[in-house]
Amino acid sequence: MSAQFKGVISSVPPSEPLARILGVRKPLDAQARFWIGILAFVLPFLAWCAVSYVPFIWHPQVLVVDAGDTRIPGENSYIAVGDRVDLDVVILRNRELDSAHARRVSGDRVNPIYLQAPHAVARAMYTAFTTAPERDGDAWLHESLLQSCKVIFWGFFWSALFGLPLGVLCGTFPFFARLFEPFIDFVRYMPAPVFGALALTVLGLNDAPKITIIFIGTFFQMVLIVSNTTRAVEVSLLHAAQTLGANKRQLVWNVVVPGAVPGLYRDMRILIGWAWTYLVVAELIGEKSGLSAWLYQQQRYRHFDNVYAAIVIIGLVGLITDQFLALLGRYLFPWETGQTGLARALRAMRRALPVARLART
Amino acid sequence: MSDDRIQLPSYLDHLPDVAEYFAEIDKRKVVLSIEHLFREFDSPDSPDGKLVALSDITFKVRRNEFISVIGPSGCGKSTLIRVVAGLEDPSAGIVAVDGIPVTGPGADRGMVFQNYTLFPWLTVRKNVLFGPKMKGTRDDKATKAADEWLKLVGLTDFADLYPAQLSGGMKQRVAIARALANDPRILLMDEPFGALDAQTRASMQAHLLRIWAAAGVTVLFITHDLDEAIYLSDRIVVLGARPGRILEVIEVPVSRPRSPDQFLSGHFLATKKRLEELIHRRDNAEPDSDGELMHV
Repeated sequence: MSAQFKGVISSVPPSEPLARILGVRKPLDAQARFWIGILAFVLPFLAWCAVSYVPFIWHPQVLVVDAGDTRIPGENSYIAVGDRVDLDVVILRNRELDSAHARRVSGDRVNPIYLQAPHAVARAMYTAFTTAPERDGDAWLHESLLQSCKVIFWGFFWSALFGLPLGVLCGTFPFFARLFEPFIDFVRYMPAPVFGALALTVLGLNDAPKITIIFIGTFFQMVLIVSNTTRAVEVSLLHAAQTLGANKRQLVWNVVVPGAVPGLYRDMRILIGWAWTYLVVAELIGEKSGLSAWLYQQQRYRHFDNVYAAIVIIGLVGLITDQFLALLGRYLFPWETGQTGLARALRAMRRALPVARLART
Repeated sequence: MSDDRIQLPSYLDHLPDVAEYFAEIDKRKVVLSIEHLFREFDSPDSPDGKLVALSDITFKVRRNEFISVIGPSGCGKSTLIRVVAGLEDPSAGIVAVDGIPVTGPGADRGMVFQNYTLFPWLTVRKNVLFGPKMKGTRDDKATKAADEWLKLVGLTDFADLYPAQLSGGMKQRVAIARALANDPRILLMDEPFGALDAQTRASMQAHLLRIWAAAGVTVLFITHDLDEAIYLSDRIVVLGARPGRILEVIEVPVSRPRSPDQFLSGHFLATKKRLEELIHRRDNAEPDSDGELMHV
C-alpha cells in the first residue's frame, strides 16, 4: 500500500483472495500468476506421485511375481509370472487356489498404462543415455535423438526453402496466389503418410523417404500459412511507401517482407511443431530409425521406464527450444512486444564482443 | 426586439494586407493543377450501376500555398486526395504536378495519413530516412537531413524509439517529417489530426503552421473541422456531397501570421458562418462573389 494514502478511509474493502483470482476477465496480479503457474506443473506431478506411491489409488492390476500353484486347474490357471492381470481375475484365481489349499498368486499392484513412478522415470532419464542397446547395432538414445533431429531439420529446411518464397510471392501478388493456391489447397488434403510407400520405392531405403514425408507434411500448409501472414501486412503501409517513392521491388523487400517477418517467425515456430508430428510416421517407413525406432525397441523389451523417460525428454527438448525461439524473437523484433530494453541490452553485449569489434574494422 | 447577434463583416471583404497577400500568391507558379476531375465507382445499389464520387473538380494550388478541402461526410474529399496522390485513378480529367500529368504515386506528392502508417519495424529516424533510402541518397547526407527534419518537428530526443512507444501527436509529427524528408512538390494531408484528442490537435495545428513556414512546402489539407480549415489555410475548397462537387472556393480573410486569438475575430466568424451555410445547407444563403444565389 502506497505511503501517500495510508490511513485514508476507503469505500473499497480489501479483497478476498478467492475473489481476487476468480474475477471474470480480471487479470491476475504478478504474485498470483507466479504461484498458479508453478501449480500448473506441480499438480500433475503430484497426481503422478499419488498414483505411483499411494497404494490404493488407481491400481486395478497386478504385476504377477508368484503365479501360485499352476498345477491346480481352473478358469484362470493361465496366469504366469510377469503378466499384468486384472485384480478381479487374481482374486478369482486365488479363490480357486484357496479351495485347493494351494499357494496363492501374489504380485505388485500397478496401473494399467504402465506408468512408472517418478523416481524410476528420473533414473531412466539418466540410464537411457548410458545403457548400451540390447542388441548389437541398435542405436543409443542420443544417436536416435540426433537422427530424428537430422530428419526433421532437413525436411523442414527444404520445406522452408521453397515454401517461404512461394508463400511470400502468393501473399504479395494476387496473380501468383490465384495460380498456385487452389492446387496447393487441393494437395494439402492428401495425407503425407499415403506417399510413404511411393517415396520408399522411388528414393530407396535411406533417410530420403523420411525427409520427403516431413516435407510433404509441412510444405503445402506452409505456403498457405505464409501467404496469409504476408497478406496480413496492412495495405496502408504499402500506400505510404508508394508516396515515399518506393518502386515495386522496394515495396516487396522494404515493406512487405519486414512487415511480415515477425508473423512469419511465429508461423515457423508452429510449423516446426507440425514437422515433429510427422516424425513418427516418417521414421517407421522402410528402415526404422531415430527416436521412434528406439521407442519401439524399448517397448519390445518392455522397458517402459525408458519409454516414459524418452517422452519426458522429447517434451523438454520441445519446450526448451520453443522458449529459446520465443526469447530470440523478442530480441529480433523488439517493436512487437515493446521489449526494446532487452533488445538494446543484447545488442550492446554483442557490440562489446571482440568478434563483433573485429568484424566492424 | 433586441438583436443579440454580432455584426459580422462579409467574408468577401478583404483587409488591405490580406488582399495584398492573395495578389502575391496568384503571381506564383502553379504546383498542382486539377482539371475536370471525375471519379465514379461501380455500385450495384444505384439505378445506373455507377456511383459518382467526384464530379467536375477543377482548381489550382500555387507554390507554398496552404489549401484545405472541406465538406460533409461522403463528399469525396478522401477520394480526391487519393487521386492526387496517385493511389487511385481518375475516371476522367487531369491531375498535373508542375504541368506533368500524374500517373501513379510518387515521392513528389508526399502524404500524411489519418492513421499515421509509420513502419513499426523502423525507429523514428529510420522511418524519416525511408524516402531518401529508396531514392539511394548517401547515408551520411540522408542522416544529417533526417536529423534536421526531426529537429524541426521537435522529436530529436525520440529518434531511436519505435513508433509503438510514441503518443499519437508524436507519431503524426514523425509522419510529417518522413514525408517532408523527401522534398515533395506538395504535401498531401488526409485528415491528419482526426484521430487525435482536442488538445493534441490544437498543438499539432500550431506545429504544422510553424513547419509549413520553415519548410516552405505547398500543402493540400483535408479536414472536416471548420475551425481547423480557417486557422490553417489560405484558401478553402468547399465540396458538396452526392455527387462530390465544388460548391465554392473561399479565400480566408484572416491575416497571417495566424494565432488562436483570431478565432473570435469578425472575419474568422464570418468565414465560419459561410462554411456552415455551405456544408449544412442552411436556407438563408448569401450570394457568392459572382452575385448568383447558391441553391442549397
